[in-house]
Amino acid sequence: MMSTQATDHDERSMDARGGEPLKRSLARALRRQKIRALLLIAPLLAFIVLGFLMPIGSMLFRSVENPQITDILPRTVVALADWDADSNELPSEAVYTALVSDLRIAIEERTAMTMARRMNYEMAGFTTMVRRASRPLRRLDDDATGPFRELMIEAHDDWGDVATWRALKAYSSPYTVGYYLSAVDYTMVSGEIEPLPDNRSIHLMLFWRTAWMSGLICFLTLLLGYPVAFLLANVKERYANLLLIMVLLPFWTSLLVRTSAWKVLLQEQGVINQLLVWIGLVADDNRLAMINNKFGVIVAMTHILLPFMILPLYSVMKTVPPSYVRAAKSLGANDWTAFWRVYFPQSVPGIGAGAILVFIMAVGYYITPELVGGPSGMFISNRIAHQWNVSGNWGLVGALGTILLVAVLVLYWVYDKIVGIDNVKLG
Amino acid sequence: MALPTYATPLQRTWYYGFRVICGLIFFFLMFPIAVIVPLSFNAQNYFTFTPEMLALDPEGYSLHHYVDFFTNPDWQHAMWNSLSIAPMATLVSVSLGTLAAVGLSQSHVPFKRVIMAVLISPMIVPLIISAAGMYFFFSTIGLQGTYWGVVLAHAILGIPFVIITVTATLVGFDNSLTRAAASMGAGPVRTFFKVQLPLILPGVISGALFAFITSFDEVVVVIFVGSAGQQTLPWQMFTGLREQISPTILAVATLMVGLSILLLATLEILRRRNERLRGMSPG
Repeated sequence: MMSTQATDHDERSMDARGGEPLKRSLARALRRQKIRALLLIAPLLAFIVLGFLMPIGSMLFRSVENPQITDILPRTVVALADWDADSNELPSEAVYTALVSDLRIAIEERTAMTMARRMNYEMAGFTTMVRRASRPLRRLDDDATGPFRELMIEAHDDWGDVATWRALKAYSSPYTVGYYLSAVDYTMVSGEIEPLPDNRSIHLMLFWRTAWMSGLICFLTLLLGYPVAFLLANVKERYANLLLIMVLLPFWTSLLVRTSAWKVLLQEQGVINQLLVWIGLVADDNRLAMINNKFGVIVAMTHILLPFMILPLYSVMKTVPPSYVRAAKSLGANDWTAFWRVYFPQSVPGIGAGAILVFIMAVGYYITPELVGGPSGMFISNRIAHQWNVSGNWGLVGALGTILLVAVLVLYWVYDKIVGIDNVKLG
Repeated sequence: MALPTYATPLQRTWYYGFRVICGLIFFFLMFPIAVIVPLSFNAQNYFTFTPEMLALDPEGYSLHHYVDFFTNPDWQHAMWNSLSIAPMATLVSVSLGTLAAVGLSQSHVPFKRVIMAVLISPMIVPLIISAAGMYFFFSTIGLQGTYWGVVLAHAILGIPFVIITVTATLVGFDNSLTRAAASMGAGPVRTFFKVQLPLILPGVISGALFAFITSFDEVVVVIFVGSAGQQTLPWQMFTGLREQISPTILAVATLMVGLSILLLATLEILRRRNERLRGMSPG
């Protein structure tokens, strides 16, 4: 078609239709193509950005927002600005006057407990203090004048404690790093950043546990997955397809089904204990505790994530030419050397892909640790859910979530560098 | 990897030893699924094999737990919820996802890597974070606790799978076919439905199966975004496993294993058909 056109318009063969230079016409066609591609992507991109990225962004933003104190106790915050937190003296009567007028408005507008709950996250007992103070404050006449300090201290001793005021001052800015501090077991209730007491430190331990258990699970899936992938890649295709079904069926089986299967198997009255008792390895009154602990989580998650290790390994090993190993052997390498020096290095990209994939999935796990983990097998996701459900501490949910998300995104970036997201294969 | 005739005894031992090890790993993979199927027919309310079951006595087996599943209003409600949410979520993610995948497979797409990373992100972000984020957002716009809220949330989770499978099929797509269609006067819409879609259909279907199973399996997001009215099958199982664990769960689990086998078989048929069409295997 091109050639006939060229002969028809021989005199201006470098010009497209209408006498326009070819270069410009091509550029326009390219631009149109780009716009068309973007228009096709636009609806989905808008959907994901609006329905997924922005919600997550705004949720994470809660981790630095701290409007409760400035909104509900505005006068107190202003009055406290002049108070020196390092002097071991209580704030002046003016601060107490400001607090009383703020609290009376807050009680009327029913916002006092919102503020109290916010402070309670940092300092246990704050809700009691506010609740005790609200009784005499409600009875107070509109034109009542001090002394309010005695009134407040009488309502609850802690209103006369310098520590209370230090905490209030420390958390009174509209934006705070406070949630991030508590996400890593630190606090600034005293105005200084210091570690939380050991009995309240849980997050760093949970982050660490999530990391090492995910690492161990990742290693176990590699240990179990490598031989299977090797076998799949090196038997006749007919057998490989049959064996692959045994990998794909668990892969396609519901996560909840597999978790409940493990729960049933590992129970004290479960099938495995029954078998061990029957063989005589374990006494009937001394059955193994394999559930609601770390062991249960590791076994169940290794099983659940194993296909995610085998499939990338298999897809890489399939491409390793068998002639390389034969060549190594013909040059005098024994079986082990041929494997270790020739085959194994070529399977490393598969190991990288599988390991990062399994690790990324493992660190975010919630269902399995929740169902078979018990308190000692809890992951950081379970803590986030707990903070959300039980404490309603959304700022802390945001802070813990941000830390977890940043870790996952770093791994995702590494995965993209090593494997490329467009090379992800499924099934 | 056949054993040569000149293999030493050590090589022989390793050859068989390796197969035994692999056999044990395959056993580990299949064992939990294989055990719950017979257990779901247990006549007693136990989670172990009763002596009657081990003796293969018909008395030890019954459909008791299945009857409970199909008559208990809670489980039925959950099943219908799952069956009405998953197809709709699949429809949303497949239609938007296929469109975007076609766009992404064009030769000149600006910011392709960034767009791809954004579209795949719902698969990577830990579910608990997605769930909490979507909860706040959906409450703001009034979709929290509604059918459509759950459908949209599940559609978002299914999209990465559709994108991955459809772009993978489009890699082998010959673009001169669409040009040929266009040169013969077909508009872009007609070209898509008559030429491109039939060719990429296997990818679209397997993407749809992934999206379906993602929604059908999902617990965390539905707990946050949904309310009691949207209680799905996995949600019901999750509460059941956490509180009083009833053997009916095993019957549900067995039915869900059946569903997985069905999906797996469909995918396998699609794969064979695809290979045959591309002339990769004679079968």
